[in-house]
Amino acid sequence: MFASLLVVAIIGAIAWAGSAVGLGVLFGVVLPYVAVAAFFVGVIWRMVYWAKSPVPFAIPTTGGQERSLDFIKQAKWDCPTTTFGVVRRMFLEVVFFRSLFRNTCADVREFDEVNNGPRTIYFSSKWLWVFSLLFHYCFLLVFIRHFRFFMDPVCPVITWIETIDGIMQVGAPRFFWTGGLLLCALLFLLARRAFNQRLRYISLPNDYFPLFLLIGIVGTGICLRYFDKTDIAQVKVFIMGLVHFAPVSADGINALFFVHLTLVSVLLLYFPFSKLMHMAGIFFSPTRNLPCNTREVRHVNPWNPPKQFYTYAEYEDAFRDAMADAGLPLEKQPEKAAE
Amino acid sequence: MAKLPTPQELVASRPDFPEQDWLDVKPQFTPGSYCYPAKKETMELLHMPNPHDWDPAAEDWNLPEDWEKILCDAFAERLEKHRSLKLFMDICVRCGACADKCHFFLGTNDPKNMPVLRAELLRSLYRRDYTMLGKILGKKVGARGWDKDVVKELFYYAYQCTECRRCSLFCPYGIDTAEITAIVRELLHEVGLGIHWIMDPVKNCSFTGNHLGIQPHSFVEIVEMLADDCETITGIRPKTPFNEKGHEILFITPSGDVFADPGIYTFMGYLMLFHELDLDYTFSTYASEGGNFGSFTTFNMAKKLNAKMYAEAERLGAKWILGGECGHMWRVINQYMATYNGPAPSCMMDVPTSPITGTKFTNAAATKMVHITEFTADLIKHNKLNLDPSRNDHIITTFHDSCNPARGMGLLEEPRYVLKAVCNNFVEMPENTIREQTFCCGAGSGLNTEEIMELRMRSGMPRGNALRYVQEKYGVNHMACVCAIDRATLPPLANYWAPGVTVSGLHELVANALVMKGECKRTMDLRQEDLPNVEPDETETQVEGQ
Ligand code: HEM
Ligand code: SF4
Ligand code: SF4
Repeated sequence: MFASLLVVAIIGAIAWAGSAVGLGVLFGVVLPYVAVAAFFVGVIWRMVYWAKSPVPFAIPTTGGQERSLDFIKQAKWDCPTTTFGVVRRMFLEVVFFRSLFRNTCADVREFDEVNNGPRTIYFSSKWLWVFSLLFHYCFLLVFIRHFRFFMDPVCPVITWIETIDGIMQVGAPRFFWTGGLLLCALLFLLARRAFNQRLRYISLPNDYFPLFLLIGIVGTGICLRYFDKTDIAQVKVFIMGLVHFAPVSADGINALFFVHLTLVSVLLLYFPFSKLMHMAGIFFSPTRNLPCNTREVRHVNPWNPPKQFYTYAEYEDAFRDAMADAGLPLEKQPEKAAE
Repeated sequence: MAKLPTPQELVASRPDFPEQDWLDVKPQFTPGSYCYPAKKETMELLHMPNPHDWDPAAEDWNLPEDWEKILCDAFAERLEKHRSLKLFMDICVRCGACADKCHFFLGTNDPKNMPVLRAELLRSLYRRDYTMLGKILGKKVGARGWDKDVVKELFYYAYQCTECRRCSLFCPYGIDTAEITAIVRELLHEVGLGIHWIMDPVKNCSFTGNHLGIQPHSFVEIVEMLADDCETITGIRPKTPFNEKGHEILFITPSGDVFADPGIYTFMGYLMLFHELDLDYTFSTYASEGGNFGSFTTFNMAKKLNAKMYAEAERLGAKWILGGECGHMWRVINQYMATYNGPAPSCMMDVPTSPITGTKFTNAAATKMVHITEFTADLIKHNKLNLDPSRNDHIITTFHDSCNPARGMGLLEEPRYVLKAVCNNFVEMPENTIREQTFCCGAGSGLNTEEIMELRMRSGMPRGNALRYVQEKYGVNHMACVCAIDRATLPPLANYWAPGVTVSGLHELVANALVMKGECKRTMDLRQEDLPNVEPDETETQVEGQ
């Protein structure tokens, strides 16, 4: 955990120092280009890697009643049999984190009045769901809001999102809710890992690192906006330069901006090689993206090995006499077989 | 078998998490924590790779010389064959949502029984060889190389997972630890590691037609005896057709039901139901196993054992196959059979159709295999059965959803529909322990062996607690299920966690309630115990009246 924190801090420090000694071009131009390229190439490379392996078996998790008899109501959302149903199921997973919504927390009690003995009770537990959704959506909105730096003129949708986001009109510059909530959600996810015994036990540096990285990004972002204010106009000119592949001088832009930009670049670089690929992976998940109609439509396995089994003929050969004695019908009567 | 602790002791004795990092903890092979190894001869007979003698408790497992290479290659091959494996190795975010969903974790509090860590055991190996960071940073990012202790650990935890898929329901990406366990078991088989309780039935099923190794003539004999029992109870001796050609339906059910109490009563239920319907069907002694222990071994072994069903249907000229009550059998049939051994033989009809009601089972159009509860629910809906549910009035029943029909098929409402039609008193267990969220009996996927009884009681704790709850609160004294393994595993579980609750298959209760044409007055249930509400004979009443 602290190792991950340290790594993020060091990355930040290097970026700070680098831009301070005039390496702004490296951190502001070269690194972002490399990172964006690596991100796209990496994500596609990983998806191709997955796609190269076939899906030999149709193994959807049936999350509800199958389609069988007319008078029994199928759970169309959780046990879909049609393509539309599968799309709906995937939509729910991706947009609303359907499966996580089911989450429960089991409490194992040594003694309980009703059971007059041990009992396990399951409480609905939606915190992870709430904060995961909060995190992802705030992240998405913050991401979209950033397009005002990448576009000229700014698309009205983005302006509209900004207006909504800053609707409470708190402070100047106006406080954006998504930024603050994003930080809260991240802190919650971090606290879970740090304080929940089970989570702490399973967590690896690979889990803390993206969290600290994101906290770093959000933290520096918030600072840039509200505290160590940058010259937005100048930043925009700089970014538009990047977008049009005609980088302009970064002189005069805050060092903190380079820290922010560097951390984002590191996130992009890290993304394809890490668990963050769950973004693309969820669409490939065979327990979710296949229809639950496996008895109705045959799924084909491209490497299906040839059939090899103990045939009836071999079986009858082994047991013919006993079967005849028991009066079982036979393909070959014992006399015939003896010939 | 060692004496079991009391339920309370068992719950209290779950240890805390170890101090060390999980990568540094090694499993302890104490008696009762592992299943006995498969015999060398069995493995040889089945042409499994690298058969050898070994003992899980021993320091040296006699692995083949180049075990590491075998395992690395096998892992690489599996990654190329299964997209699921690549994906599940890559995208877990360790959010922990799956952690307390596993009955093994709840019962043992062993962190490596959290589905996420069970998968990490393999994922850590994957990281070293297939991820950039793992290659560079190694253990710091949870990567490690193969060594013999790792093999032991994989074995230990692959056989403490019943492949129930409960975790996959809750995972935001649908990561199915059962799939990972199945593949780990495959890998272990590459170096000759398997367990007796699974491989012995596999051998039997391969060569005699069923898991128990009942030979054809004995099979017939046992079924005849069960038919005799039916006659004792109802006055009607149901027909018992075997290996006969030209019938419309081939009926296949797990062999456990021919052999073991209380499954035999379910079997008698089938006999009576089919007789009453005058169903045009046959059993087969060759395909006398519905279950498939091969599916707890390797995909290919599952395919091999399953192949007999279509082969026999073709030989006998059956139009479709009716399948009995079983859990893992239906996982295989519903999600694998058509893929493994399909398309179904051309002699079979386009869409299986009930000869009694004319209902077309369009959901089984490709496999041509219908579940008996689908079949019976349809009969009841069409009023084709004369039922007297009051004959089951002595029981207050609940229903245990077996993992495979629940999460690998979605068979939830059909058995309930039937159960409610044949029993007046039905109570559900708590919400998070039934239907798609059902908890395993604790001993599925070939772990229903005696030597791990305490472990089974631990993994059965969530089910046991839920059962105890309805027993204490609503007076439940019976648990129905549609799985032959359950019928073997739930009685000891109930005995331990909720003593006094009996267990039966669904069709035992159906047959109890079934009023057959021309039957004698029923005074006994299928277990030959007294039925409730049986009025004494009129003459006796009169005598008392005078
Ligand atoms: C598309 C569907 C997506 C789903 C269903 C999803 C779901 C989740 C869930 C359940 C978590 C677990 C929270 C935790 O770690 O405890 C998570 C974490 C995370 N997600 Fe996503 N996510 C999706 C897309 C994305 C996208 C597009 C990004 C882009 C950056 C992203 C970035 C992250 C990050 C950085 C974390 C890390 C939080 C941590 O390490 O704890 N996710 N996601
Ligand atoms: S729920 Fe899924 S993503 Fe979360 S820890 Fe478990 S397997 Fe990993
Ligand atoms: S499949 Fe079942 S037994 Fe296996 S890890 Fe998941 S919940 Fe546990």
